[in-house]
Amino acid sequence: MLQKITTFIFVFLLSHQLFANDEISKSDLFFSEGLYYAYQENYFDAISRIDTELSQYYGLDEPELNSLHFYLNNAEFSIGDFELYYRMHNRAGRAIKAVLEGNVEDEVKNDAAYRLAKIYHQKQQPINALHTVERIKGKVPEKIKYDLELLKAQIFITNGRFVNAIQVLSQIENASAVAGYASYNLGIAYIGNKQIEKGIQQLDKAGQINSTDRAVLAIKDKANLVLGYKLMENKKPSLAKKYFERIRLDGPFSNRALLGAGWAAVATENYKQAIVPWTMLSKRNITNQSVQEVLLGLPFAYGKLEAYGRAAVLYGEALESYSLELKKLDNSIKLILEGKFLEAILREEFKKDKNWLINLRNLPDTPETHYLMQLLASNDFQEALKNYFDLDGLNIKITSWDGYLDSFTEMISSRKVYYTPIFPPMQERFRQLDSRMKIRLAQRKKIDDRLKKMLISPRPDFLAKVDERIALNNIALIEKKYARNNKEKYIDIKRRIERLKGVIQWDIKTEYQERFSEADKNLKALNVHVEKMDNDYKSFVRTRQSATQSFVGYDDNIRQIKNKIKFAQQKINTLMLQQGHILELMAVEELKKRRERIEALQIKARFSIAESYDRAVKKQQNIELEKTREKSVKDNKIKSDGDTP
Amino acid sequence: MNKVKAVFVGLLILWLPLSSVAQQLSREQIKGLDEQVQEIKKDVLAISTELNQLEEKLLYPSNTQVSIFVSVAKGTKYSPDAIQLKLDAKKVAYHIYSFKEVDALQRGGVQRIYTGNLRQGSHQLEVSLIGKHSGNNKNKIQSSFSFSKGVGPKLVEISLGAGGSVVEVIEQ
Repeated sequence: MLQKITTFIFVFLLSHQLFANDEISKSDLFFSEGLYYAYQENYFDAISRIDTELSQYYGLDEPELNSLHFYLNNAEFSIGDFELYYRMHNRAGRAIKAVLEGNVEDEVKNDAAYRLAKIYHQKQQPINALHTVERIKGKVPEKIKYDLELLKAQIFITNGRFVNAIQVLSQIENASAVAGYASYNLGIAYIGNKQIEKGIQQLDKAGQINSTDRAVLAIKDKANLVLGYKLMENKKPSLAKKYFERIRLDGPFSNRALLGAGWAAVATENYKQAIVPWTMLSKRNITNQSVQEVLLGLPFAYGKLEAYGRAAVLYGEALESYSLELKKLDNSIKLILEGKFLEAILREEFKKDKNWLINLRNLPDTPETHYLMQLLASNDFQEALKNYFDLDGLNIKITSWDGYLDSFTEMISSRKVYYTPIFPPMQERFRQLDSRMKIRLAQRKKIDDRLKKMLISPRPDFLAKVDERIALNNIALIEKKYARNNKEKYIDIKRRIERLKGVIQWDIKTEYQERFSEADKNLKALNVHVEKMDNDYKSFVRTRQSATQSFVGYDDNIRQIKNKIKFAQQKINTLMLQQGHILELMAVEELKKRRERIEALQIKARFSIAESYDRAVKKQQNIELEKTREKSVKDNKIKSDGDTP
Repeated sequence: MNKVKAVFVGLLILWLPLSSVAQQLSREQIKGLDEQVQEIKKDVLAISTELNQLEEKLLYPSNTQVSIFVSVAKGTKYSPDAIQLKLDAKKVAYHIYSFKEVDALQRGGVQRIYTGNLRQGSHQLEVSLIGKHSGNNKNKIQSSFSFSKGVGPKLVEISLGAGGSVVEVIEQ
């Protein structure tokens, strides 16, 4: 019961989502792209994008140069955080590790831990919820401050630690952020702790809260309803009446309140007082349990007021309504078993609409969801339903991926057909250009080295011009020719040779600095071209590499992914069948239970109608007997009067 | 009076909250299935990551890859309605923003609007935008930018709402 009550709170509690990464700089574009999806609550794509970036990052030779390096902790934490949002909270999963060991600020970590504890609580794993909530330490985000305390208290209640719950709730009871919820739960905690009087007082307090908030008003009604029925159980119907009357007539608990108000009146034998709320209730939606029940209650009250005829008519109407509802239920069960329920809940238009569950009832050929409202609001059903949606989403994705891979395979084979014939001649041409380039680069390097050496030990001869070299070579040849002739007539020639050599060397030596600067300038000018050539070379190598890689080495990878997809698809289909079966089973079980209840009411109605007729007939007979008796008394009197002289 | 009580108790028992249907299904069964669903999510996410990597390698090799991102400048509440991109006078991307997408951008998310292939060298990016600053009227803006594509992958961020220019291009 307590679990149901705390579970109920969650139906009203809308938690505010707070992302760990609100303040993260946008410098890493790919990481921020992941956040873009996460902020739209598209957690699958968010996780997938960041995962891709992380795996690329870890594959780098120098990851510290990647922009993600500075956001690594946040990225790792975010993955776990988004997995929590995507309801992947397996014990050994990244989400748990991220929450419990994440190297991030307390506020961020505690926010995630809060959500994890909430998931455990919703999934009815109270021990795990307790362990998680107990690990929350340090600063808590302002937005969840009170929600966290409330959750702690609820977890304490479900773990039977009522004293702890009372301690926590007493501190936040008056906080406006959790107005009503804390007060109501405190009452429940007192009752759980066997402090019944205190619990009743607390629920009474919760039932008088002033608010315009619909959720708070609902919890206020709930407190009054619980209190009213508690007093009925404790045989204090006259006290209970007050609490039923506090409940709004248009709230979610109004039907049960009207029913309770009627029963409180009946229990004090004020049958006339029961007629008003029950008549009002009997005109409401017949699929509601309280309405179905009051169809018996109302004629019962009329019967007590001795309006047996009216009672018999109402019992007759009740029987008719029950028969109709039983037919509806049978039809709904049939439709569910035919798979119409699952078909209906997977319709896109309903997934986009927040009120899709309510709108389901407007669809033709849709199971009677009025009967399922209570089930639909339960955590077990909601979780099963979310899993079913998630599986359907995965199925849609994975089916489209298989198509991508087929396109990739086709693309690869087209590339292969195109590149295979052009590669060998292109390679040959490249080899030739490559060797020429290498020679030229070696020459350039030699000149560069030489110039560097000449800075230390000048070598003017290295900078001789072409015509000077030719002239010096010619002079050398002439010199060699006359070297062994020492005759007088050659002396003049030798002198002239020396003079010519001297002139050339003079020029070389005196112009050395200028020539050196010129050579250096020319070499630097060459650098621009060498750099361009180097870029072209690298670009070509990359292009050649990417062209080669565009069709080589994918076969195994694609085959593996295809197999994984196939395997995952089979698994998803199996899980969808299982999950869908569970949903159908839950729905059918619920409808069967409602059916059994209506059947029980029907039997009661049949007995009651017979009894009412009997009483009506008996009453009529009594009236007629009375009339006959009166007539005979009158006749006797007339006779006796006539006999009298 | 006893009869009244009997009827009341009978009906009250009928009224009592429905016991959880799920209790009839074994809790272990539901938990086991839930864990299997989590496992398959993990498997499919791993496939998605592999597929992302394969797609990038196959369709957008690093030497020609160019990615264009859209963001909203920090501290502004610029709301884009629609954006169109032309790359070297060729229409490459068009997007109409939903409420959720605008919200995600304003909170710091970044949208990758285009990924493609480009040669090395200088390129022209033309951005046509319809949007507004909070409280202002909607207006249409057209801006042109040039960027240079080198040997490695090129990332271009279009930042919306920054200063007077509304559209800024940041090269990475």
